[in-house]
Amino acid sequence: MSTLDPVAVFRMEAAECLEAIEAGLLDLTHQLDNKDLVDAVFRGLHTLKGSGAMFGFEALAAFTHHCETAFDRVRKGEVAATSELVAAVLAARDHMRALVDQPDANHGDTGSKLLAQLQAAVGGKAAPVAAPAAVVAPAIVREVSAKKKNSWRIRLSLPANSMANGTNPLGLLDELRDLGECTVRANTAAIPPLGELTPTELHISWEVMLTSEQDRSAIDDVFIFVLDDMELSVEEIDGAATAAPTVEKVAAAPAAPVSMAVPPTAVPEFRPVEAVPVRREAPAAASQAKSAENVRVPAERLDELMDRVGELVIAQSRLSQLASASADIALRSVSEEIERLSGELRDTMMVLRMVPVATLFSRFRRLVHDLARETGKVIELVMEGETTEVDKTVIERLADPLVHLVRNSIDHGLEMPADRLAAGKTEAGTVILSARQAGGEVIISIKDDGRGINRERVRAKAESSGLIHPGQPLSDSELLQLIFAPGFSTAAAITNLSGRGVGMDVVKKTVEALRGAIDVVSVPGQGSEVSLRIPLTLAIIDGLLVRVGSGRYVIPLSAVEECLELSLEEDLRSRGRSFISLRDSLVPFLRLRDLFRTGTKPDVHQKVVVISTGTERVGLVVDQIIGDHQTVIKSMSKLHNNVATFSGATILGDGSVALILDVGHLVAAGQHQEAQLRVTG
Amino acid sequence: MSANILTVDDSASIRLTTKVTLTNAGYSVTEAADGAEGLATAKSSSFDLIVTDLNMPVMDGLTMIEELRKLPGQAGVPIIFLTTESDADLKARAKAAGATGWLTKPFDPENLVKIVKKVLGR
Repeated sequence: MSTLDPVAVFRMEAAECLEAIEAGLLDLTHQLDNKDLVDAVFRGLHTLKGSGAMFGFEALAAFTHHCETAFDRVRKGEVAATSELVAAVLAARDHMRALVDQPDANHGDTGSKLLAQLQAAVGGKAAPVAAPAAVVAPAIVREVSAKKKNSWRIRLSLPANSMANGTNPLGLLDELRDLGECTVRANTAAIPPLGELTPTELHISWEVMLTSEQDRSAIDDVFIFVLDDMELSVEEIDGAATAAPTVEKVAAAPAAPVSMAVPPTAVPEFRPVEAVPVRREAPAAASQAKSAENVRVPAERLDELMDRVGELVIAQSRLSQLASASADIALRSVSEEIERLSGELRDTMMVLRMVPVATLFSRFRRLVHDLARETGKVIELVMEGETTEVDKTVIERLADPLVHLVRNSIDHGLEMPADRLAAGKTEAGTVILSARQAGGEVIISIKDDGRGINRERVRAKAESSGLIHPGQPLSDSELLQLIFAPGFSTAAAITNLSGRGVGMDVVKKTVEALRGAIDVVSVPGQGSEVSLRIPLTLAIIDGLLVRVGSGRYVIPLSAVEECLELSLEEDLRSRGRSFISLRDSLVPFLRLRDLFRTGTKPDVHQKVVVISTGTERVGLVVDQIIGDHQTVIKSMSKLHNNVATFSGATILGDGSVALILDVGHLVAAGQHQEAQLRVTG
Repeated sequence: MSANILTVDDSASIRLTTKVTLTNAGYSVTEAADGAEGLATAKSSSFDLIVTDLNMPVMDGLTMIEELRKLPGQAGVPIIFLTTESDADLKARAKAAGATGWLTKPFDPENLVKIVKKVLGR
């Protein structure tokens, strides 16, 4: 896609416009008398109509025109904004989207139905259906019909302020000259004495003798912009008059043939209804908005740039390694410089890819609005932390899972208003969509104050579908994780909204593919919260390079809390227990040497790297901590997709490969081990 | 001779079309996305012509023209006002505010060049 294709730009812009219109309309449902919102929606519709007509989206322009008209009437106070009107335009907006996406498809029926709805909403007395902008003939296109030559005496006098307003009288005279043979005489009588002269004012009037093949309308066209404010007289003259011009500097006397035919006088197409030639004082409201320059870049170019930066980072770390082994001071200093630059470049690159989650959240307002209408539930949507920024790829991939989770919350979590009141709750259920950054992760959560997940039903369903044995002991979190099992649903009847469980496995898969994790908290009668923990970015992370046996591994630095020494005595003492005491709390730890079956002897000075995901902490015993390492994440092959312990691989400075540890998985493993130890005592 | 033109429109697609059209006609084009930005841009450098839309966020085209005409440096700079077919009275108001001419939207690129040439006299 070329960024210089106006139609493509229009489509992007139309999408933004439609989103803004939708957001405005949704806000408007709560504040019907908010004039700013009405203006904003009007502007959106207006732009959509105007641009649509320009780029050949005639159906869109025609349809949008009606909505714009309706909103213009609201804007002018002729009709009130009602929830019916907002709903009608909201529905119309979806139709506009279809008209943008498939301008050639036949949308006739939907369109007229929506328009009828719209007319009804503005009280039946909607403005007459005007032709869409697109069918208006463009300006200043005229038929050149008369080939006979005509002669005119034209007297013109422009308003004194016309030069200040950008009209160039010389330009107008030049245009007359272009029409045919022409002599011009200036009348300078009105010029005041020098002392009283205002240089920006015009005091000269002209008399022009013109002989042209063009007709009278051509003359009017010359003055089209000033016609209403100026004095213009155009007299048709015969040859005799032309032959004796009252002109001082006759450069080329027009030898015009006589023509008796009177050309039809064309009315200029754009004569304003009423001219207001009085200069008004403008309200002083010049807000000096900061002009932010934005550049649109196709996503794939950013990805490409990201890849290059990634390669640069790898090359740079190889250079660093070579330089550190060299005695060449110059080489070392260049290497350090490049290290700094590539680090900065990487940081800049990261920022380029970050977008606020608001772009993701905004679409939920419409979803919730529609769901409320569909289900008859009263829903209040609260959004928090919309400015939190996340990698754009992450945002794109999270869209569908989040839609699913929000639907679930509303469909299964929230009770009907009557049930809520009976349970002593407010009539309106609340869904809180929040995002916040925690270390190298962003946590996006969907929380409702509904009925919570029914554990008995989850268990019953899991037992009947053979996911667990009857009576199998499960911890609460394990039980709740069952809802992510493929094909699992606790919904008695699956509604068209989708049941809790239907597709939850897909949600989980998507989140895990992003190297994230899902937590579910649910209190019966009080509601549920599903939290998605997603790494901030997918491409480059800061990692802690460690050695276990002879292999090297990377731990995402964002998850690292602290590093401790594990003395040999402590190591021996902790055998079989696998807990270390960390400032009054016991933290389970995993011996990576055992986990990876390195078959090597532990180093004398083993280290424990304490990692955390949210509240859970786990220590990882490694042989050596090598240091901080900028890690370009390379995904592993499909063959290795099931290796949960590692989330990817990276290339080290010397060209060798190190695996990146999956923190979430390791913490879960640690917790599991802890739970088992507790059970066995 | 080339001229520097400032186009003010909140629609990126219209800005692009305008820019491509005018650039192809040999003019150099600077863009602004709303009236306030247009006003600031016009203040910071000099233009031979300004083409502006009416309905824009932050500051509309009418207000921008009025503000521009108050500035001493902007006297005589032609301003072309882009309007839609239903805005006949707006045209009059724009003229009163100090617009030099107008062009009806949706416009034909050829017409834009024509009007620009007409107003610039080149």
